[in-house]
Amino acid sequence: MNRPAVMRGGLRLEACKTRPFEQPLRVLPAPAIAIVALDQGSGEAATPLVRPGDTVRVGTRIAAGGGAATDLHSPVSGAVRELARLPVPGGAGDCVVIESDGRDDREPGLAPCDWRSLAAEVLLERIGTAGIAGLGGAAFPTAAKLALARSAGVEWLVLNGAECEPWICCDDALMRQRATDVVLGAQVMLAACGTARCTIAVEDDKPDAIAALEAVLAPLPAAGVELLVLPAVFPLGAEALLIAAVTGREVPRGGLPPDIGVVCQNVGTAAAVAQCVRDGMPLVSRIVTVTGSGVRQPANVEARIGTSVATLIAACGGRVDAPVSLIAGGSLTGRALSGDAVPLTKGLNCVLVATGDDLSRRSPEMPCIRCGDCAAACPVGLLPQQLHVASRADDRPGQDRFGLDACIECGCCDYVCPSAIPLTAQFRAARARRHLHEQERRRAADAKARFERHQRRLADQAEADRRAFDAARKRVRGQDPGEG
Amino acid sequence: MFQVLLALAPVLAVLVYLHGPRPVALLAVAAVTALVCEALALRMRGRAAKPALRDGSVLVTAALLALAVPPGLPWWLLAFGTAVAVLLAKHAFGGLGQNPFNPAMVGYAVLLVSFPLEMTQWPAPGAGWDSVTGATALDTLRTGLRESYTMQEILAGPAFGRVGASGGEWVNLAALAGGLYLLARRVIHWHIPVAVLAGLAVPAALAHLFDPGAHPGAAFHLASGAAMLGAFFIATDPVSAATSDRGRLVYGAGIGLLTWIIRSWGGFPEGVAFAVLLMNLAVPLIDRYTVPRIHGEPR
Repeated sequence: MNRPAVMRGGLRLEACKTRPFEQPLRVLPAPAIAIVALDQGSGEAATPLVRPGDTVRVGTRIAAGGGAATDLHSPVSGAVRELARLPVPGGAGDCVVIESDGRDDREPGLAPCDWRSLAAEVLLERIGTAGIAGLGGAAFPTAAKLALARSAGVEWLVLNGAECEPWICCDDALMRQRATDVVLGAQVMLAACGTARCTIAVEDDKPDAIAALEAVLAPLPAAGVELLVLPAVFPLGAEALLIAAVTGREVPRGGLPPDIGVVCQNVGTAAAVAQCVRDGMPLVSRIVTVTGSGVRQPANVEARIGTSVATLIAACGGRVDAPVSLIAGGSLTGRALSGDAVPLTKGLNCVLVATGDDLSRRSPEMPCIRCGDCAAACPVGLLPQQLHVASRADDRPGQDRFGLDACIECGCCDYVCPSAIPLTAQFRAARARRHLHEQERRRAADAKARFERHQRRLADQAEADRRAFDAARKRVRGQDPGEG
Repeated sequence: MFQVLLALAPVLAVLVYLHGPRPVALLAVAAVTALVCEALALRMRGRAAKPALRDGSVLVTAALLALAVPPGLPWWLLAFGTAVAVLLAKHAFGGLGQNPFNPAMVGYAVLLVSFPLEMTQWPAPGAGWDSVTGATALDTLRTGLRESYTMQEILAGPAFGRVGASGGEWVNLAALAGGLYLLARRVIHWHIPVAVLAGLAVPAALAHLFDPGAHPGAAFHLASGAAMLGAFFIATDPVSAATSDRGRLVYGAGIGLLTWIIRSWGGFPEGVAFAVLLMNLAVPLIDRYTVPRIHGEPR
């Protein structure tokens, strides 16, 4: 295996990205029913603003964001049918179900803006109200990330077009077709976070995307946007690793990119920002890769948020007859989908309809022999063989010593393990256990504090009562000198 | 694991060339004993026997032990050593992946301590297995030096070859070839073998430089005893070795240095087995202090 200089470890994987490009990028029509998950993939749900029966149009705000959730907008025009808990990519979640009237009417008042004349605060506001979220998968509110970058005074914007997972190619399709949007979005984001320098990082297995970006950038030498071609290696698209490869700076452990003067955004997010300033339309659609041997015509499609996975697959020729498994994301870092009823979310970049041949074999698990192949593959320099022992034994000091919290869950160790140990799953479980334990501990501490406050209040009350009693008695005594 | 067995073929070939067919018989005894003990232990522990028997690791243990003992060793002694290796050193600690000590070296050390005479009598090369046996080159060297012979007198003896022991240098060459094959096939990494050989050669060369009368040079040490077998096949057992790259350099260098110390001043002529076991003991400590830098930590 070749070891690229840009990153420690990692895997050179055979890409499975040619078939979706046999089809042109297609824009799907609005679905008959849109299921908008309140949690679009960031882990936090927005607060719904509509009730069943409300009339909405394309772009109407239907939920208010906050924290890690973005504002949500109706992807169709029609009426809200219900608010219900339904299957979503992460399991089950609250959703706004909207029935389309087929007219696709647009919310009035959504207008383009002249971004060059707007102050940074106004741009950030605009990106926020457009509900733009990280389209690379994290779905974190873009405005919040840019605002943090602005207040931290970052000097470098890195646009992530690496797309290192072997099956995912929605960013590739986007860069080929909408390179202008990517560059425009980059310029808007530079203005919004008050930064002068932007690097668009693309892996070298995307020559068409690179050519398209070069064509757009050539007449714009003063835009502050440059293109950097990196070797295709998994998982270079992981934020911290890409930042290190592009800037040579490492995000400190437990820190954030702004700590080293960098902010990283996905190229799809940049294109969404461009669309919002050019057209005024909030984020109501995205490009998603529908691929795998289990689908007849793999393709990249642009679909409204809330379109069901079943509709996406049907638009790509439907399933083959063989049994398939549905995976959200790529073959290495993806998660299983519960079924094809789940809706498209802002964070869903790929639906992998996998047959048995697509996924690596899972031979029976054998004991770890500490061969260290996993350590050689780990891009963040961990020793998975030691974390394996510490995770299984629930040895928390050991987990800390070997840096469990630094694991980016890329799955490289699983991939190379000759004993076929599901290492990443073990690390995820160990983290979840610790998280639960931490929550419990906090709850217990809160309860203890509450109890102590209560006791103190009771004691204070008793003391006050006593004083009042004594004072009363003194008064009574004063009045009645005969006693005592 | 079967790659390792394949890589041991040259060693077996040289031993057969030097000592006749007996090493093959010993190998068979060790292999059968190891498989029977493995199956027995797995049965007692209530584990499935098939996958464990198929992974070949117990055959590697058996082969390493069989190739390390003198060809004239009574077969039942080898069977005993193999049983100790598999039952005591491996399964008593939890089986594959759990043993803190290299099983083959535990078996070897138990045999060497319990049956020192049988374990140090090697037949003269080319004489067949029923011929006169004698001490090894390393043994002759220590006895000679103790009896105040000069280095030249000792090295002129029949136990010595061009650079190392008369037959041993060919065994070492074969082990080196097998080891290079394992490196090329990426079955083992370079860190441990390089560190072991450097740990043995550097102090040997320095000592030879200062006192050539009392210390043979690096080439002699590298071409004698179990130097190459130890560096490429024994010390590289990942289960009982340190696990990070840096840790493996420390671990290997420790084995090389201890081997040289035991050969030079210890109570036994050959030190590889004890050096490996001692460094196995140090692995938890080495692992604790050689955790690599994690991404985002200060350089």
